[in-house]
Amino acid sequence: MDSFLRIAAGLVMIAVGMGLARIFRGSQDADRMMAVQLLGTGGIAVLMLLAGSKTGAAAIDVAVTLALLAAFATVAFVKSSQTRGGKEPEE
Amino acid sequence: MSLALDIFTVVMVVAGLFFFYAGSIGMLRFPTVESRLHALTKADNLSVGFIALGVMPQMAEATDALKLLLAWALILFSSAAASQLIAIAARRNRRRDP
Amino acid sequence: MSDVVLHGGLILLILSLAVMTVVTRDTFAAITAFVVYGMLLGLAWVALGSIDVALTEAALGSGITGALLLRAAVCLRDKEAAAEVRRPGRAAHRVSGLVCAAIAAGLAAMVLMLPDPAPSLAPAVMESLPATQVKNPVTGVLLAFRAWDTFLETVVLVLALVAVWGMTPDALWGGRPGELRQHAHDGPLVFLARVLPPVGVMLGIYLFWIGADEPGGKFQGGTILAAMWMLTLLAGLTDAPPVSRRWLRAAMVAGPATFLLAGLSGVVFASGLFAYPPGFAKPVILLIEAASTVSIGVTLCLLAIGPPSRPANR
Repeated sequence: MDSFLRIAAGLVMIAVGMGLARIFRGSQDADRMMAVQLLGTGGIAVLMLLAGSKTGAAAIDVAVTLALLAAFATVAFVKSSQTRGGKEPEE
Repeated sequence: MSLALDIFTVVMVVAGLFFFYAGSIGMLRFPTVESRLHALTKADNLSVGFIALGVMPQMAEATDALKLLLAWALILFSSAAASQLIAIAARRNRRRDP
Repeated sequence: MSDVVLHGGLILLILSLAVMTVVTRDTFAAITAFVVYGMLLGLAWVALGSIDVALTEAALGSGITGALLLRAAVCLRDKEAAAEVRRPGRAAHRVSGLVCAAIAAGLAAMVLMLPDPAPSLAPAVMESLPATQVKNPVTGVLLAFRAWDTFLETVVLVLALVAVWGMTPDALWGGRPGELRQHAHDGPLVFLARVLPPVGVMLGIYLFWIGADEPGGKFQGGTILAAMWMLTLLAGLTDAPPVSRRWLRAAMVAGPATFLLAGLSGVVFASGLFAYPPGFAKPVILLIEAASTVSIGVTLCLLAIGPPSRPANR
């Protein structure tokens, strides 16, 4: 079971890599913010799988931290992308 | 019992992996920012849920299993909000320089 | 064997993100790449088994660093266009590339030349850990064996904030940092800023509390608290307090002051400076950690939002 979970974690990593490759080909700010979100979900999946393996349950605390702050980074990006090209009222 | 739980874990994790790859293929093939956002925030959250459920029986402590659910709930909330924020930002940028 | 895919994938992604951070021209894109890079480093630390470091990296990397760098980028925007005009020539690029490559090669060589197994104090730490009554060796080292260093680190954070506040124009001294609070409307941002902080505050306190026995501690907990405060500020649900408020300053120095008092009391009640009375080590450590969690939370958030930029009474 241990090696199954660790291989699954590796496979999630590859899926994340595929997504990242697409994201950084894009030139829009929105594409790049998606990278942070992708890493948030993918990273949490990897951490959950590792927590079930011999790495130990403490990895879940990292997953919860990442889940809590995944949106925070996006918020910071969206806020500064707002001020980036001149102020405009938000919808 | 333990065998049944292991089978449950394998099925759930494989289902999670399936949706992760579905999401990533969507990211690679969908044409617009909004459709890629859709692939990212819907498919990936579903697969995190499957993986959380799958790993739960492998945890020694009940509190650790509950923390898996907490992480999933948090990412559901935050991705839903983040995808809206990103979509708003994408639309604003397009209006500014079409 | 089963780790080949995970470790290989991590290494590949970390290296490509590092390259991307350096070669990208657009500041915003470089910062996004750097934040993703930090998240990947957090995963790498878990894969290496250092959960304490991973927690710090996850909390700081996705919480504060991004916000801090973005603020800097927004401040520099006008000057950046001017700097773009007089870009260094090809020769300067080559020389700086060579110097960086040489430094990287030197560092790599040093790591490879370390004796195998590397010299380690880990056995000595594990042997003396019971005396500190905490079960997490990282906390034991940070708060007991090298308490003096950790104390100075908590002071550095406050000094950094003093330096940032030193940038305040005279007229605004004692004012409020950050942008003017906008009217909070409904929307995804306000929704997040209402749902996440209760969970975040709980998680921050939990990480501080569990730090005595398992991976966690004041820094990880404090960083999460700082990020939650910033979230409510960004959403416009709360306003930053004027920097002249007494409670704010008390919160800033609570951690270092408690640490210093505990350290000095060692001269009277134990064998010397920063020695804890035998049998009371754990309560003292917990007290220091609790006060430091508050101080780190307040200080990090104020560092990230910058010096006062508008008068105290709007």
